[in-house]
Amino acid sequence: MVSEQDIWKYLEEVSDPEIPVLTIGDLGVIRTISLENELCTVVITPTYSGCPAMKVIEEDIISKLHEKGVPNVKVELTLSPAWTTDWITENGRAKLLEYGIAPPEDEVDKSVLFAAPTVVPCPKCGSRNTRMISQFGSTACKAHYQCNDCLEPYDYFKCLK
Amino acid sequence: METKEALFEYVLRIGDDSLILGHRVSEWCGHGPILEEDIALTNIALDLIGQATNLLDYAGQLEGKGRDGDALAFLRYDREYKNLLLVEQTNGDFGKTILRQFLFDAYRTLLLTRLSKSTDEQLSAIAVKSLKETKYHLKHSSEWVIRLGDGTEDSHSRIQSSLDALWKYTDEIFFANEVDALLEKEGIIPSMEGIKNEWTFFVSDIFAEAGLVIPTNNWKQEGGRTGRHTEHLGYLLAELQYMQRAYPDMKW
Ligand SMILES: [Zn+2]
Repeated sequence: MVSEQDIWKYLEEVSDPEIPVLTIGDLGVIRTISLENELCTVVITPTYSGCPAMKVIEEDIISKLHEKGVPNVKVELTLSPAWTTDWITENGRAKLLEYGIAPPEDEVDKSVLFAAPTVVPCPKCGSRNTRMISQFGSTACKAHYQCNDCLEPYDYFKCLK
Repeated sequence: METKEALFEYVLRIGDDSLILGHRVSEWCGHGPILEEDIALTNIALDLIGQATNLLDYAGQLEGKGRDGDALAFLRYDREYKNLLLVEQTNGDFGKTILRQFLFDAYRTLLLTRLSKSTDEQLSAIAVKSLKETKYHLKHSSEWVIRLGDGTEDSHSRIQSSLDALWKYTDEIFFANEVDALLEKEGIIPSMEGIKNEWTFFVSDIFAEAGLVIPTNNWKQEGGRTGRHTEHLGYLLAELQYMQRAYPDMKW
């Protein structure tokens, strides 16, 4: 008989389709796992409303658990509480940095218009002399930055609170 | 009218705003004036479509007739859409798209901030989620309005004429009828009056900084909230609904 603990463990093998270096656990999108009468329910929350990866994540969870011998799996989506970048684990942040994506920095409230862009250290050389190219990057969750010292262009996993 | 029926109508309105504007903005994909803006607009469109999915799925649940978000998005006729006339207006040049977005984002941010505290749990959850994204949109559109308004002679005159063209659709943003009255009484939605004051103050401020002048012609057009649209919506829906109409119930 599998336990909830086992399910959490199995799901460590499911990675985020857009940032494969992260597991969905690292990303903090798995909210709860429950087992009841042979049915395993996994509740996940989207990072962004329009995140196209959610459908893939749902399918990956189901097929991973099938592979592990858990036949009855239901994946539910919840919007509340809303996902925040604070839920990315320490391990996840370290993996992002190693992968070349700057992890989220603590930022001022977005309701403050025209605040200077956040200083995001370069993931390649560590320099803080960097600039924001665009608030919007390759996916909904990222902004686009460039290092003024080593010239590396890089993604920044922008802070969402 | 029952609360549930009123809430269905209300969620449909704001869901249609997201859907139709999201589709409009997505038309920029591959056509942005610079690569960064192409990506920015596409991301904004994606957020809006995501918000539309959440809202229209919820509207379908409230209606209780077995329609989900997809059915509501793809299988209604133009008169059944309740979006603002503002959001169905054509993209025009980059400045017009930005100005339309700005007028909408400013309203939407104020609305979502208040809806976050709605007594309706699901509406509040959707609002909290959407607000985080919309704040980024407003930051983006406000900065561009100032940059274009206070930019070259050409950018200034072009965005000013977009403001002249779109201003007549802004009154409708604050449309309210018996649906709103009922929901407001139950603490589900905020009063439009308060939003209108704050919105007016906010956009006037940004326009002043951009050196743009709000038109003094007070003729206003409305109709979207009751299903009477400008000619542009029909063309938009023809494209949006094409696949479902040509191949009903198709999946891929
Ligand atoms: Zn560097």
